[in-house]
Amino acid sequence: MNDILQGLAEAARLTVTLDATLVDITLRSLQVSLTATVIAAAIGLPFGALLAINRFPRRRLVIAILNALMGLPPVVVGLLVYIMLSRAGPLGVLGLLFTPTAMIIAQVIIITPLIASIAHQAMRDLWADYHDLLISLHTTKRQRIRALLWDGRRALLTAALAGFGRAIGEVGAIMIVGGNIDNVTRVLTTAIALETGKGDFGLALALGFVLIALAILVNLVMHVLSRTERDSRW
Amino acid sequence: MVTPILPLKLDAVEVTRRGKRLLGPISLTLQGDGLTILMGPNGSGKTTLLRSMHGLERISAGRVTWQCDAVAARPHQSFVFQTPTMMRRSVLDSIAYPLRLIGRGKAEARKAAAGWAERVGLSAVMERPAHVLSGGEKQKLALARALIRDPQILFLDEPCANLDGHAIREIEAILHDIRAAGTRIVMSTHDIGQARRLADDVLFLYRGQKHETAPRDNFFNAPETDEVRAFLKGDLVV
Repeated sequence: MNDILQGLAEAARLTVTLDATLVDITLRSLQVSLTATVIAAAIGLPFGALLAINRFPRRRLVIAILNALMGLPPVVVGLLVYIMLSRAGPLGVLGLLFTPTAMIIAQVIIITPLIASIAHQAMRDLWADYHDLLISLHTTKRQRIRALLWDGRRALLTAALAGFGRAIGEVGAIMIVGGNIDNVTRVLTTAIALETGKGDFGLALALGFVLIALAILVNLVMHVLSRTERDSRW
Repeated sequence: MVTPILPLKLDAVEVTRRGKRLLGPISLTLQGDGLTILMGPNGSGKTTLLRSMHGLERISAGRVTWQCDAVAARPHQSFVFQTPTMMRRSVLDSIAYPLRLIGRGKAEARKAAAGWAERVGLSAVMERPAHVLSGGEKQKLALARALIRDPQILFLDEPCANLDGHAIREIEAILHDIRAAGTRIVMSTHDIGQARRLADDVLFLYRGQKHETAPRDNFFNAPETDEVRAFLKGDLVV
């Protein structure tokens, strides 16, 4: 209990004094996770919509695989990305290992199935509502996807935020491909793991509280900007 | 110059699902003007026939042909569903949507939509979300959305089901106007009074078949079959 109180006090002190290391780590966490979320949303949201309106052989199998991939073990993803980006790997020539870009790649792989799967479920329900109308209006496939994405944007925001939540809290994959290098690839989660290993629970807890506050703050900002939960809105 | 899409011809059209025949074989021709009412007991195939004409239903046998190519005819048709689909948009944007689909600019589409909203009596609620409208208002929105592209033929599937008398009268007035403006209308209804008020001719379906078809006065004053006589008397026709 004492450790938790100490952690809270330390978190407050670090935040109020705008501790340079904390700011650096926090900004990098945001940069990596927000970039990964944007890229994963750009892939996952249209894919979810496409999956909702398209009928093709083995569609159910694709959906089942997509749902299963939501539970991808981050450590395994990290290992695979590490192998691909390592000097001897097929993408080693790019020199991306132990950079924020490598961390973004790993996070994109982890959260894209999550975003696509949640988007698919939301789009499937909306498509059931819109099917006859959009067919009757003689829409093209592109117009149908655009209508679903626009009209389902608030559900899709939830999908993107779920992806962001998983990305910002992820540690296994980015530890492997980022290497937790100070001032280069250290983010909140890897810093917490490091401080815990060193036995500095106060600082680890402080970073943990900042991480939680950050996740809540980003969600709140997104909800305010997208005007969800307002009267007569969707 | 808009290519005329009518007459519409159905040639031995059948719709079968899971081995059960829902409609047909049915053959008919719809000429270029007037208001045809489809009547018949529940399950007689009214909705399936409307959907087959419009291309929403997969036809098992037979042919549906238009004066022009079927694909070219699609943009000149509109359909109003019994339960109107409300898009997650404002009333104005919902009415404007069909124009946006054919490349009209936002301002132009919204201006045309505002005109239609006023015409159907929705000008006071134009900026409200479509889903909060009352049942009658939703049906008027669906009608405005269906009419904004100036279709040559309008299909309506029981558009006044579950509406009160006031809303029904407003919708019938709109249908009168658009018929007078030259839009061909095909509409299903259970309401005998409404059929009397609106129909130029009536097509009575029974067990998926075209059972009786006649001009309005003949249909109501001198029905030819026992089933129609029973239906008009209010007896159960099963």
